[in-house]
Amino acid sequence: MAHAATIDSTHDEHAHGGHPPTSTGLDHKKIAIWAFIGSECMLFASLISTYLIYKGRSRVGPYPHEACLPPVCATALKPILNIPVTSASTFVLLMSSLAMVLALAAVETKDQPKHTFGERLLGNSKLWLFMTALLGTTFLGFQAFEFTSFVHEGLTIRTNLFGSSFFTLTGFHGAHVTAGVLWLLTLLAIDARRGLGPKDALNVDLAALYWHFVDVVWIAIFTLVYLIK
Amino acid sequence: MATTATAPVYTPVESYVGESGLWSWLTTVDHKRIGTLYLFTSLFFFIVGGLEAGLIRWQLAGPNKHVLSAEAYNQMFTMHGTTMIFLAIMPLSAAFFNYLIPLQIGARDVAFPRLNAFSYWVYLFGAIFMNASWFVGAAPNGGWFGYAPLTTMQFSPGLNIDFWVLGLQILGISSLAAAFNFITTIVNMRAPGMNLMRMPMFTWNAFVVQFLLILAFPVITIALVFLQFDRFFGTQFYEIAAGADPLLWQHLFWVFGHPEVYILILPAFGLTSEIIPAFSRKPIFGYPVMVYATMLIAFLGFGVWAHHMFAVGMGAIGDTVFGVTTLLIAIPTGVKIFNWIFTMWGGSIQFSTAMKFAIGLVGLFTIGGISGVMHASPPADLQQTDTYFIVAHFHYVLFGGSMMGIFGGLYFYYPKITGRLLSEKLGSWHFWLTFIGMNLTFFPMHYSGLLGMPRRIYTYEAGQGWETFNLISSIGTAILMVGTLIFLINFWRSFRTGAVAGNNPWGAGTLEWSIPSPPPEYNFARIPRVTSRYPMWDMRSHEHAELSHAQAEESGAHIEVATGRSARDLGIPMPNQTIKPLICAGAMVIMFSGLLFIHENNMPLALSVILGGALLMTLSLYAWVLTPLEDAH
Amino acid sequence: MAHDTHEAAHVDHAAMGIDKEHPTWSTYWKVAVILTLITVVEVWIYYIPSFTASRLFVPSLLIMSAFKFATVVLFYMHLRYDHRLFRVLFTGPLIIAMTTLIGLLFLFGKLKIGVGAIN
Repeated sequence: MAHAATIDSTHDEHAHGGHPPTSTGLDHKKIAIWAFIGSECMLFASLISTYLIYKGRSRVGPYPHEACLPPVCATALKPILNIPVTSASTFVLLMSSLAMVLALAAVETKDQPKHTFGERLLGNSKLWLFMTALLGTTFLGFQAFEFTSFVHEGLTIRTNLFGSSFFTLTGFHGAHVTAGVLWLLTLLAIDARRGLGPKDALNVDLAALYWHFVDVVWIAIFTLVYLIK
Repeated sequence: MATTATAPVYTPVESYVGESGLWSWLTTVDHKRIGTLYLFTSLFFFIVGGLEAGLIRWQLAGPNKHVLSAEAYNQMFTMHGTTMIFLAIMPLSAAFFNYLIPLQIGARDVAFPRLNAFSYWVYLFGAIFMNASWFVGAAPNGGWFGYAPLTTMQFSPGLNIDFWVLGLQILGISSLAAAFNFITTIVNMRAPGMNLMRMPMFTWNAFVVQFLLILAFPVITIALVFLQFDRFFGTQFYEIAAGADPLLWQHLFWVFGHPEVYILILPAFGLTSEIIPAFSRKPIFGYPVMVYATMLIAFLGFGVWAHHMFAVGMGAIGDTVFGVTTLLIAIPTGVKIFNWIFTMWGGSIQFSTAMKFAIGLVGLFTIGGISGVMHASPPADLQQTDTYFIVAHFHYVLFGGSMMGIFGGLYFYYPKITGRLLSEKLGSWHFWLTFIGMNLTFFPMHYSGLLGMPRRIYTYEAGQGWETFNLISSIGTAILMVGTLIFLINFWRSFRTGAVAGNNPWGAGTLEWSIPSPPPEYNFARIPRVTSRYPMWDMRSHEHAELSHAQAEESGAHIEVATGRSARDLGIPMPNQTIKPLICAGAMVIMFSGLLFIHENNMPLALSVILGGALLMTLSLYAWVLTPLEDAH
Repeated sequence: MAHDTHEAAHVDHAAMGIDKEHPTWSTYWKVAVILTLITVVEVWIYYIPSFTASRLFVPSLLIMSAFKFATVVLFYMHLRYDHRLFRVLFTGPLIIAMTTLIGLLFLFGKLKIGVGAIN
C-alpha cells in the first residue's frame, strides 16, 4: 500500500486527516451545487414554458402588455407590467451580483496585506456580503411593491391564467432570492463572529454560485416576461 | 451451487459492523445501514403494492364481480401504481445505490452521509404520509399519472388527491437529495485508478440514473405545484373554463414520466450487467458500448415523452417526431440486450438463482420492449392506448424487467449484505413460480387489450371474450404471490441459517467482493488501487500472479486480516451519528401535511402546522449544517 | 480519464475555487458595466414603437439576454476559469432544459417554423 499511502497523505490539507483525496481534486460541495444548479434549470424551464404557453390565453384582464379597451373589456384596462420599476429592480439584482463577486474576492484575499484605502475597502468582506444581501432585499422590496400594486389593479393569482402563471413564476424566483438572502446573512453572521478567511472561500463560493444563478434566471425572466410583448 | 460446494469452508469473518440497537439505526449515517433501511422499507411496500394488485385481480377474475366498489377500485389501482413506482421499485434501486456505489468505487461512504440519511427519512415519512390516506378513507384515486383537470378540486373534491400531490412532492425531495449525493460520490470518491472506464456497470447505470432524476423531478415538482396551487389557492393552471390547456399537465407529467421509466429500469439493467458476467465467467461484452448505450438511452429519454399522448392528436409533425425518436431509443436498448447475450456466448454459465432472474430479465424485457416499439407507431398506438395491451407492455418492462433484475440483484448481493447465502433451492422455486406467474398474469392482457378491454374499469360485462384471459391473469397473480411468499420465507430464514458466504461467494470480479461480508463499518481498511475493470479476476490470473500478489498486498484488495477491528482501532475517521437529518425530514413532512387543513378550511390550524414545521425544519437544518460531520482530528 | 492521478495532482489547489487564472477586480467592474449597458439598450428599444413592431425586436432581445446570461455564467460564476466538469454539469442540463422548453412551445403552437418568434 506504499504507493496509495503516499497519495493518501499528500494534498490533504483541506480534508480531515486520513481521508483520501477526491478523484477529481475538486470539492464535494462544489460538484453538488453545480448539479443542483443544473437541476434548477429544468425547474425554471418548466415554469417559464408554462408562462409562455399561457401567454395571450387569459379570458379576462388585466393583461401584461396590451391595453384592453371597451367593448372587448367591460372597463378600460391598461397594460399592467411596470417596465421602469422592473428595470430598476433588474439593475439592483445585477449590482448585487457585482457585490457578490467582490465579497468572494475579499474573502479569498483576506490574508494579503492591504495598504491603501481602496484595498481595504475592496478587501472588506463584511461590507460586500452586507451589500449583496441589502441589494437582494431591495429587489424583494421592488417585487413586494409590484405584487401589491398588481393586486390593487385587480390582478391576483386567481384572476386569470396570466395572474396564475406570472405570480407563480416570479414568486418562485422571489423565494429563491429570499433563500439566498438568508444564506448571505448567515455568512455575514459567521464573518462578524469569527471572520471569514481563504479557508472559507469555498463556502462563500457556493453561496455566490447560487446567487448568480438566481440572477441569470432573472435575466431570462426579464426578457421573456417583461420585455417581449 | 457449484461454487459454494467447492469453496473452502470460511470461518465467519468477524467483521466490525458497529453498534446495534434502535438508536444506532435512527441516527445512522452509514451508507450500508441506510441501504439496508431502504431495502426493508421498500420490500414492505412491495408487499403492500402486491396485495393491492391481488385485490384488483380478484375483482377482475370474472365478469360483474363486486369485491371492491368502483371507488375502492379506483383507489386500489392508483395506489398500486404509485406504491410500486415510488415506494417499491425506486427505493429498491436506491437500496442498491446506497449499498453498492461506495463499495464498487472503493469509497468508505457517500459524499454527504447526513444528506443520505435525510433522503431515507424523507422517503419513509413520505411513504407513511401517502398511505395514511387509507386510514382516513381517502386514498388517492386519480391514477398514478393524476391527469389534471380530472384531479382538480372541481372533479376530485376529496382529500384523496391532496394526499397524492403532497406525497409525491415529499418523495421527489428524497429522490433529488439522494441524486445530488450520488453524483458527487461517483464523480469524486473513486479509489485511485478507478477511472470512469473502469467503473462497474452497475455504478455506471446508477450514475446515469441520477442525472435522469435531477432533470426529470423538477418538472413533476412544478406540475404538482400548479395542481397544489389550483387546489389550495384557487389558481387556474388547469381550469379549462379560464382558457387553460387540458394538455399542460399531460405534457409536463410525461416530460417527467418518460425519463422516470428509465429511472425504473436502468438500475435493474446495471444489476443484470453485474450478474451475467459473474455467472458466465466472462467480462461484459462491449463494455464501452454498454456505457454509451446507457447514456444514449438517458439522453433520448428526454425526447420521447409525447409518445404517451398520441391519442390527444398532436398533429402530423409532433406524431412523427416522437414516433421516430421512440423507434430510435430501441437501438441502444437492443444493443444492451445483444451485449448480454454475447457475454453469455461461450461463457461457462452457472444457472444460479441470480443468473436465472438476470436471464429472465433479458427475455421478458425484450418482449416488453418489442410491444413498446409497436406503440411507437402512432396509428398502432391509437388502437392500443388505454387498453390492457398497454398494461401488458409496461408490466413486462417493469415486472419482467425491473423486478426480475432487482430479484436477481437481491440473490446476488444478499450474501454481501448479510454474510449469508439465500437458499438456492427455495430461490429456484421462487424464480420458476415468478416466471410462470408473471407470464400467466401479463401475457393474456395482450389479448384482452387487443379485444378492446379498457384499462381502469372496475368490472365488466360477460360475453365480450375477456373472461378467459382475465381468469388466467388472476390465476397467474395467485402464483406470483406464492412465489413472493417463498422469497420472503427464504429471505427471513437465510438471515440466520443460510450458508456463510465469505468475501466472494460467486467468484465475481468487482471491488465489492474484495471485502468481508457483511463489510465492516469503514468498508475498506485501506483504500484499494484499481488497475482494471475486474480487479478480483485479474488478481487471480496466472500471468499476473506475481504482480497481482504485490498489488493485493498493496491494495488490501484481498481478505483483510484487520477486519475484526473497528474504525477507531484503525484510526479511520468516520462521520458522527446524528439524529438531525431525521428531525429535519420529519419537520418537513409536518410542514407539508399542514396544507391538508387548508382543504378542511381550518386556516389557523393549517398555518400553525405549516409554520411550526417550517420553523423546526429550519432550526434542525441550521443545527445540522453548523455541526461538523466528524470530530476534528 | 486515463491520467486521473496526474489530473488530481494538477488541479488540487484549484479545489477551493481559487484558480491561478483568476479574474481580477477590473474584470468584475467591466462585466458590471457591460451588463448595465445591455440592460439599458434592452429597455431603450422596448420604448421604440417602430422597432418593437419590427421582426428584429424579439430576436435582438433574445440575443442580448443570452449574452448577459452567458457573461454572468462565464465571469461571475467563473465557469470560464473553472474545471471542465462544472461546464459539463451546467451546459448539459441547460441544453436539455432549453430543448424541452422549445419542444413544449412548439407542441402548444407557440412557435411557427420559419418565423421563429414567440407568439
